[in-house]
Amino acid sequence: MAMTRRQRARAVRTVQYAVLAVVLLVIVLAADWGELRRAFFDAGVARSLLPDILTTALLNTVVYTLLGFGFGLVAGLVLALMRLSQVPPYRWLSVAYIEFFRGVPALLVFIALGFGVPLAFQVALDRYVTVMLALGLVGAAYMAETIRAGIRAVPKGQMEAARSLGMSHGRAMVSIIIPQAFRIVLPPLTNELILLTKDSSLVYLLGLSLDQYELSKFGREALNQHRSLTPILVAGLCYLLITVPLGQLVRWLESRTAKAR
Amino acid sequence: MIRIRGLHKSFDGLEVLKGIDLAVERGEVVCVIGPSGSGKSTLLRCVNLLEEPTSGSVTVGGAEVTDPDVDIDRVRRRIGMVFQAFNLFPHLTALENLTIAQRRVLRRDRAEAVRIGRDTLRRVGLTDKETAYPAQLSGGQQQRVAIARALAMDPELMLFDEPTSALDPELVGDVLAVMRALADEGMTMLVVTHEMSFAREVADRVVFMDDGVIVEEGGPEQVVAAPRHPRTRAFLTRVLDPAAARVGEVPDKGPHDARTGG
Repeated sequence: MAMTRRQRARAVRTVQYAVLAVVLLVIVLAADWGELRRAFFDAGVARSLLPDILTTALLNTVVYTLLGFGFGLVAGLVLALMRLSQVPPYRWLSVAYIEFFRGVPALLVFIALGFGVPLAFQVALDRYVTVMLALGLVGAAYMAETIRAGIRAVPKGQMEAARSLGMSHGRAMVSIIIPQAFRIVLPPLTNELILLTKDSSLVYLLGLSLDQYELSKFGREALNQHRSLTPILVAGLCYLLITVPLGQLVRWLESRTAKAR
Repeated sequence: MIRIRGLHKSFDGLEVLKGIDLAVERGEVVCVIGPSGSGKSTLLRCVNLLEEPTSGSVTVGGAEVTDPDVDIDRVRRRIGMVFQAFNLFPHLTALENLTIAQRRVLRRDRAEAVRIGRDTLRRVGLTDKETAYPAQLSGGQQQRVAIARALAMDPELMLFDEPTSALDPELVGDVLAVMRALADEGMTMLVVTHEMSFAREVADRVVFMDDGVIVEEGGPEQVVAAPRHPRTRAFLTRVLDPAAARVGEVPDKGPHDARTGG
């Protein structure tokens, strides 16, 4: 039986909607909604989380992430420049660092830092410094590769034009190449920021006091206390509160810099 | 102004320049013509050391560019360079493209750099474009900003590497007009170009290069209008009347090294 193009398109679409409808129906029928609602949507528990989950946990997550991101960005830039250096030992060091911290789970890095650094140096680092180091050291490895790719993506003619004007190599990097590289890597860097936001849930491994809890730790503590999964849902929504606007911000930045490219 | 002696340049064993001797006097306009892959862009790029010569010497205004101990950044300040692909800084506005090197290299203060920048944009007829980003400008406008960017540094010498080759035909005229005005003001210019009418009317001297050597040089009335060498004649016939060429008439060396740009 021959179908026209239009008939075939309609048939394909109908099948796709039908499959979707069946899957949704199965899920709706199979799940125990009453049980789910009791576990995840307990309004009383949700209310009891406020305002601490926002004023302490969410705030701490943001602060930890920004500290780690700031340090990681600077360290990542340094690593990227080392990776592109004319001096071989710098390149080797950078590659070794990147391979190590990219290949080892962040969890292990956090444990090692949390217990190792105080042992090794006999100093009690400030909690925020430790968090900054731990998140930053891991983030730097990823950001270094991203930034390096961005630097290499700047057309060769840009360096030539800058050098032709009498700029030194370093001056050309600072004024011409790196600003363009960062525009190129803005979307992937924001991806790193989002990943880091989630990685910040690992800082509990460093040992936190009550007022230092971030979202995940806060959520789990509340889970134990209330015997309800509602805190997990609320904590999850709080993460989205950070990451979704972040995505919007990038889109806006991209459209703004598209003009200048 | 420029003294080039025994200049050789090889890329991975491929010899692109095979012994070039050339002098350009102060105030002189010299056009370099020749087929793709003849080494003319490489020659130009050796003058400000964007390419490092394999052997030979290049002297610009008394400074030997090829001396390993020369402060190359200092020499480059005196040499303006204009590229085929413009190479404007896309993250800066037209005016900022003109001021950044003035401020960072010549250490002029902001007010002075902006004043000189505006004056220079006016010289190339782009007064109204100072806040535009390169992407918002036509190719011809971008190339004029690029010329202005070089001029704002008060160069003693200007190098042009096929400045109109990337432009739509109707935009070529504006760029050539700026270059012609510059020549009239007495700027020393070394121009790699395919614009034969420009070479004929503006150049003091025309150099024809082929296969890494200078085949013929002299006044435009000689090299362009009455070439002596058969290779120059064959090239000019092709360039001046491309539609008349027959397949296989002139050997085509095939794709040339993209780094040299022709």
